[in-house]
Amino acid sequence: MAFGLVSLIPNDAGIPFIRGRVIAFAFSVLMIIGSLTAYAVNGINFGIDFTGGIQMEIDTDGPADLAQIREIAGSLDLGAADVQGFGEADKVLIRLQALEGEGLDVEAAQQQARQTLQTALEEQIPGVTVLAADVLGAKVSGELQIAGLTAVLVALGLMLIYIWFRFEWQYSVGAVLALVHDVIITIGLFAVTQMEFNLSTVAAILTIVGYSMNDTVVVYDRIRENLRKFKKKEIGEVLNLSINDTLSRTILTSFTTLVALFALFAIGGPTLQGFSAAMIFGIVVGTYSSIFVAAPILMITKVNRDSSED
Amino acid sequence: MLYFSPWKIFLILAVVLLGILFSTPNLVPANERFEVRNGEVTSEPRGIWAFPLVPHNSVNLGLDLRGGAHLVFEVDLEEVKEDRLINLAEEASVALRQAPVINVRRPSVVGEEVVVRVARAEDLDAAWDRLQDLSQPVGNNALAQQGGFGAQTVAFTRDDAERIIRLTITPEALDEIQTRTVTQSIEVIRRRIDETGLTEPTIARQGDNRVLVQVPGEANPQRIIDLVNTTARMTFHLVDSTVSIDASGQGRTPPGVVIYPTERPGEPWLAIQRRAMVDGENLTNASATAQNGQPVVQFQFDTAGATAFGRATSQNVGRRFAIVLDDMIISAPTIRSPILGGSGVIEGGFTYESANDLAILLNAGALPASLTPVEQRTVTAGLGQDQIRAGTLAVIVGFAAVIIFMLAAYGVFGIFSNIALLVNVTLILGALSGLQASLTLPGIAGIILTIGMAVDANVLIYERIREEARAGRSPANAIETGYSRALSAILDANITTFIAAAVLFMLGAGPVRGFAVTLGIGIITSVFTAFLLSRFLVAMWFKAFKPQKLGF
Repeated sequence: MAFGLVSLIPNDAGIPFIRGRVIAFAFSVLMIIGSLTAYAVNGINFGIDFTGGIQMEIDTDGPADLAQIREIAGSLDLGAADVQGFGEADKVLIRLQALEGEGLDVEAAQQQARQTLQTALEEQIPGVTVLAADVLGAKVSGELQIAGLTAVLVALGLMLIYIWFRFEWQYSVGAVLALVHDVIITIGLFAVTQMEFNLSTVAAILTIVGYSMNDTVVVYDRIRENLRKFKKKEIGEVLNLSINDTLSRTILTSFTTLVALFALFAIGGPTLQGFSAAMIFGIVVGTYSSIFVAAPILMITKVNRDSSED
Repeated sequence: MLYFSPWKIFLILAVVLLGILFSTPNLVPANERFEVRNGEVTSEPRGIWAFPLVPHNSVNLGLDLRGGAHLVFEVDLEEVKEDRLINLAEEASVALRQAPVINVRRPSVVGEEVVVRVARAEDLDAAWDRLQDLSQPVGNNALAQQGGFGAQTVAFTRDDAERIIRLTITPEALDEIQTRTVTQSIEVIRRRIDETGLTEPTIARQGDNRVLVQVPGEANPQRIIDLVNTTARMTFHLVDSTVSIDASGQGRTPPGVVIYPTERPGEPWLAIQRRAMVDGENLTNASATAQNGQPVVQFQFDTAGATAFGRATSQNVGRRFAIVLDDMIISAPTIRSPILGGSGVIEGGFTYESANDLAILLNAGALPASLTPVEQRTVTAGLGQDQIRAGTLAVIVGFAAVIIFMLAAYGVFGIFSNIALLVNVTLILGALSGLQASLTLPGIAGIILTIGMAVDANVLIYERIREEARAGRSPANAIETGYSRALSAILDANITTFIAAAVLFMLGAGPVRGFAVTLGIGIITSVFTAFLLSRFLVAMWFKAFKPQKLGF
């Protein structure tokens, strides 16, 4: 009875991950600085969920083709547009993202955006009429944002305490640093590419946090086990051994998840593309960080080797 | 690890069966599960779905995936403005009564201004100075207060000949009141409609004074209107039974007593003291329960409310008190003994649904203004059919890729992990259908993550078995050790993530909560499928075939 057909990773690869830790740290620090700079310079392109925008109600001759309208609205360089059928077959609700700026400028810009959209629709869809246009507030109100942020911070704190309780404090420091690392770099991706940051992006980032934590705990579990097993070995050696022990699992799991996500990215259409791009990026970063950030930090924080906990 | 006691086998099979039972409604179209009246699908199950204990709900798709009801409400800002003017008049009269007292005719609201008429001309300057304190910088922000450049909330004009000072609310202050009122209304509406945190409605400000509410699915729009339409200001007053009231609600009332309509047919009016014993703001919690088989609403006061209510009821044993909700007496019980614990029940001829709705309203707090529905429609999914189709296809392709990959990597063990994976998805679907949580795109992200984690659990176990077999253990021993050694990693990883899911659910709101629900459910089901189901399958296989080698 054959167990498996593929064995991707040679057993005991013995790759010297830990030796590369200085380069890895330098790389991570560069990425973080780059992300923060991009954030400071470009900011984040928040979607209509966060900024609010304009809402326009239109009426078409005969049943409306939502896909066509979505395409027209999307091609105008006005940011992402939400298109919804509205009661009857020939009524459509379009929402455009708010434009940046303040006061009268932004109002003029909004007017112009509305005019651009209206002209484009009238040119390309015969018989279209605009029934109403209105300013729309953000879906994510201030209270909601604060609630979400508090929740994430409390969750981080409790995860830290749990890992402290199950492992040692050095592990929780490492895990949380790796997590913060992943989140900053993923937000950096949004700052650099100016992809729209909307509610599904928030979900993607939360997913990355979950994934990265899972990955880190698996590596840590093996480190804990090996530290007890090889009391005589040098700590760097034990860390390296543990990373190599779990390497085939790390790669298999990342690979399966990435396969599913690439499918989502390739055929999921524009809405799912941003979402899956963030996830793919985050999973690569998350896998990297459990090997090159979370594990080597244990060397710096001098993990206690005589832990009697299980 | 390879031995399963009969009760454990029973438990595993029972969970799998329950999952299948709860997820089957998803395979049957809604019009075959529910009664259809006038071409519309109602919420009454029919046929075999109507039997008690038969789950009949399918997964509730969220607004982005299915669309739903679209309602626009208008906030009555005139009323808020009037309230503000009345308050301002009251503040003015309090300020002028402070020593040294400045004699004025009672400040009154005339149109859009408060008019203060000073009794003696020589007091006009003093009154003018004192009234200035009623105005604050708009927005209360530090910059405006320090610099003093910011707009003020109240503007003053004086008419020396008439000895009159006029107070008006500045446009800036009105703007601020308007914004605040609409923002507060949005939060209250959210708490009312999304009480469980599972519905995921869209609630946003539209224009200056409107609120847009979209709720997923064919939910009864009238119920939403009712939930939003009530101000839900609840107060407790003593009843004055000495007043006789005629059929049209007229009667001679002593000062401080007013006549209110009631919801009880036998007693359409009651006279009550204008001053409330306790205010609804002191309520901390309300819930619908049953008492003697009747639906009632149970409530709990905070410390201040409990003290006030305790004092009022101790002094008035034998009298009645009225519970007033938005100018309507909903209940008027007799105080039989002092109510000191700060909790009580409202009996008001409720149905279970109306009791539940009242509890939701009381918990969500009062609206700062009344809202009227101005628009009501249905909307299609926010994502568009084309996108949903593409997304579904992508999920199926991704899923198939994972299944093929697991087969290729682990052969027969891949079959077990794939069965576990399918059961996992069934269980998640079943749980979502049972809980009636809205499934949105963020929710699907949660499912993808848990499926990833479930696959990961199996990979961890199988890799460990491989490793142990390579170290020279017999197949049975390798499987045993593989499972037990992988356990700590999987449990620690899943518990850590579950903690995050639980916190996100309790503290987060809206989409963050939707994500947390699917993630939390998914973690439980994937630990179950990886640790009980797939191990059970492996054990059965092992007993049947007794392989001598695991063949790496």
